[in-house]
Amino acid sequence: MSDSIIQLRGIAKVYRVGVETIHALRGVDLDIGRNEMVAIMGSSGSGKSTLMNMLGCLDRPTSGEYMLGGRLVSAMKTDELALIRNEEIGFVFQSFELLARQSALENVELPLMYSSTAGGFRARRERALSALQRVGLGNRVDHRPNQLSGGQKQRVAIARAILNNPKILMADEPTGNLDSATTAEILALFTRIYREGQTIIIVTHENDVAAHCQRVVRLRDGRILSDLSAEEDFEVSPYVEEARATQRRRAAAEEATEATT
Amino acid sequence: MTNAKAPSRKGAKGEGRGLTIFFFLKAIGMALSQIWANKTRSFLTALGIIVGVASVTAVIAALTGLKAKVLSEFESVGAARLYVFPNRPDNVPRAKFPWEKCRLKVSEAQAIMDQCPSIKGISPIVDLPMSVESDTELIDGMTVNGIWPAWHDAVGRKVMRGRPFSQIDIDTARQVALVNEAAVTELKIDADGNGGLGEHILLGGRRFLVIGVVETTQARMLGMNSSEAEIFIPFSVAEKLLDGWYFMQFAAIATSPETAEEAKAEVEYVMRRQRGLQPDDPDTFRVAALDQYINQFKSLASGVTAIAGGIVGISLLVGGIGIMNIMLVSVSERTREIGLRKAVGATSAAILLQFLLEAVTLTVLGGIAGLVIGKLMAVSLTFIPGANLEQADVPAWAVILSIVFSAGVGVAFGMFPAYKASRLDPIEALRHE
Repeated sequence: MSDSIIQLRGIAKVYRVGVETIHALRGVDLDIGRNEMVAIMGSSGSGKSTLMNMLGCLDRPTSGEYMLGGRLVSAMKTDELALIRNEEIGFVFQSFELLARQSALENVELPLMYSSTAGGFRARRERALSALQRVGLGNRVDHRPNQLSGGQKQRVAIARAILNNPKILMADEPTGNLDSATTAEILALFTRIYREGQTIIIVTHENDVAAHCQRVVRLRDGRILSDLSAEEDFEVSPYVEEARATQRRRAAAEEATEATT
Repeated sequence: MTNAKAPSRKGAKGEGRGLTIFFFLKAIGMALSQIWANKTRSFLTALGIIVGVASVTAVIAALTGLKAKVLSEFESVGAARLYVFPNRPDNVPRAKFPWEKCRLKVSEAQAIMDQCPSIKGISPIVDLPMSVESDTELIDGMTVNGIWPAWHDAVGRKVMRGRPFSQIDIDTARQVALVNEAAVTELKIDADGNGGLGEHILLGGRRFLVIGVVETTQARMLGMNSSEAEIFIPFSVAEKLLDGWYFMQFAAIATSPETAEEAKAEVEYVMRRQRGLQPDDPDTFRVAALDQYINQFKSLASGVTAIAGGIVGISLLVGGIGIMNIMLVSVSERTREIGLRKAVGATSAAILLQFLLEAVTLTVLGGIAGLVIGKLMAVSLTFIPGANLEQADVPAWAVILSIVFSAGVGVAFGMFPAYKASRLDPIEALRHE
């Protein structure tokens, strides 16, 4: 797997809570290639949150190595990790995490506030605008979060995540707060961004969400239980056909809308 | 393909990372929107700063006005003035320097005039308590001063109407007198409307002709003479009226304010020589420049400023505690936001700076509001009649100092909450609530 963007080797994470020692991860080896769309699944306590924090450079392993894009991030200092998060990783959260008093555009611009390489005022603005246009919200730039629907809020969050063209887009239960129609809409958006070349990791416990991914990684007790394609995964495979069908319908509908506008 | 970018470019991007002007603009913008979103809370929090800065600004403005008024009246003429007093030295045997040896003599004034090149004029001044009588009034114990004509120059009080004493008045000891406006009023000698000129008054039973009216200056305000009414007679006349011990002082003026120091040294030298004092003998007199009075006033003013500074220090402390409290509330309310900011790449330093900037923005706005209120108070002070505060104004240094202090309070009291915010773990912070 020479084209791997992510290489985990023997990643372990140990927490100490009082006198108790919790082994959240017990030696995880994982490779994720460029432009993959991977679902990470597992019940609560399986270590999937810890793995996500690790992959997202929010946390450092107790032991093991993590290479991201050829750089050993497991050995980096806190401030270096902040820089990696700023430039290489985009986060999408279950509850959107938008700043209530800021417009959609300002929310999308947020990561640029902490970047010294984002260019001048105009360049920053244009970058945020094009990210909003990529998620189909070019006409909502001045709206505040409370003027947007749940799906639109998550689109703003996705625009913020892809603003810096990150190496990985990390989504933690991105549809957990959305109804089924909006879920389909957001998953279609993820699929489109994936087709544009983005590497995406979605943490979820819902099989129908995982069915939109190409690959499903299951965790149990801090270890990888299975690492299969969506079709091979016993629990996810029943949903794959439906997911593909939905995506085709969406794509067709979007093409129709684009044609009319 | 959006991901098709060379890793080397990313590597180069990491070099020389620092916070940009955009960070500061955004941070201040967000601070302002935060303050605006919590208007009432922000106002109440900043109230301590506002009141502190406003009160100290008003006090400084009042002092500045008073100082400007007093000093302008003094320094226009006063800096060149000297006074000579008799002074019995401390810590020496009483027998060696009895009062008789310390008393000033007219011959000494003459010697100073003749021998000190930096002295333009000198006048002995002697105070005589006397009963003063006009046609209608009798006032007991009024102060009558014996002076030389140079007195007008020496103390800077001109003759407004009539004429000063002439050398003939002195030489022939003519019974003529100068009065001030208060004396004219008290003695009711302005019956014919010529302001007292040409009237006769009785001093200790002797008839004196009023030949002039002397101006009253603000300098008296500093307590050189507490009586309102004043009467002056030629020194030679006063000398004749005196019996026994009397208290004399000299008023002198140097050729210019620049030579005042020299003049003082010359007077001391001449006085010591006149008195035949040995090199190790102490002075039996004292030469005081008017500078001393100015310095006294200045030290008084700076004392009051220091007290005002202490008061403002306390109110800034109280205000600062309020700021700290509200910033702690803000940090805990915005834990998730802090987590998000860290997740999208904010370093601990960036978060620290951002919350510090928010505290500083709040305190500086409070300081500016306080300055505006203080300025309004200063303006209203100038309308108080008789308070001598017409020149009350907020000096530039007070404006700068207020802003700097307000910002300092923001930094000092915002530091702990900002540090707390910067230490938050992004994972924990995003899980908050």
